[in-house]
Amino acid sequence: MSKLHTVNKSPFERNSFDSCLKHAEDGSAVLLIEDGVYAAVSGGEVATRIGEAAGRLKVYVLGPDLAARGMTEDRICDGVSVVDYGGFVDLAEAHDAVHSWM
Amino acid sequence: MSDLPEIPPDDEDEFGVVKKFCYVNRKAPYGTVYALESLEMVLISAAFDQDVSVVFMDDGVYQIKKDQETDGIGIKNFSKTFRALEGYDVEKLYVSKESMDERGLTTDDFLVDVEVLDQAAMSALLAEQEVVITA
Repeated sequence: MSKLHTVNKSPFERNSFDSCLKHAEDGSAVLLIEDGVYAAVSGGEVATRIGEAAGRLKVYVLGPDLAARGMTEDRICDGVSVVDYGGFVDLAEAHDAVHSWM
Repeated sequence: MSDLPEIPPDDEDEFGVVKKFCYVNRKAPYGTVYALESLEMVLISAAFDQDVSVVFMDDGVYQIKKDQETDGIGIKNFSKTFRALEGYDVEKLYVSKESMDERGLTTDDFLVDVEVLDQAAMSALLAEQEVVITA
């Protein structure tokens, strides 16, 4: 069953992101939203983890949440795709289930 | 004769107690309301002419990230208020070096001038404060 995972907490403050990566099956999609978007920013300590994740999962980040936090797309790790609200809906529609990690 | 207490003269010496207040911001700006509420407290302390320092550590360093553009999330962008703190004589802004480095940020990413302190210097700063509020 194909799944879309959403993570809305900062990877520096909570372990939601790490738990999600541990449990998500290969090929599933992970969408970073709200404070979860900080996990997609390059140069920090989370960057290696997101790099590994992008190899076996499809990783997306919500553009409006990135912009609100002052992060431009050139700061995003390789392998992570930026989507807008319409893209969020498309992802939800394209998968059998949504698992939200809060 | 009124029973009301006498209004003290408008003299700053009447309210002479000035304490060293330090606000320690540890949360990212929009996921929770802590950051905005802390900023409100900073402004109130400044209005009472207190000796205010503001620290950004852990995810709090994200509060002063440049180029925040919140139209897409429907939340007020309060980051610009940090630039106005100078006008309230709040000029002592500090950032944790470790927190900044962990997140891949540099001082060029910040919308205000800050002093970067390592953990030992930060501990020393906190130790000399009379009122510390972490949010």
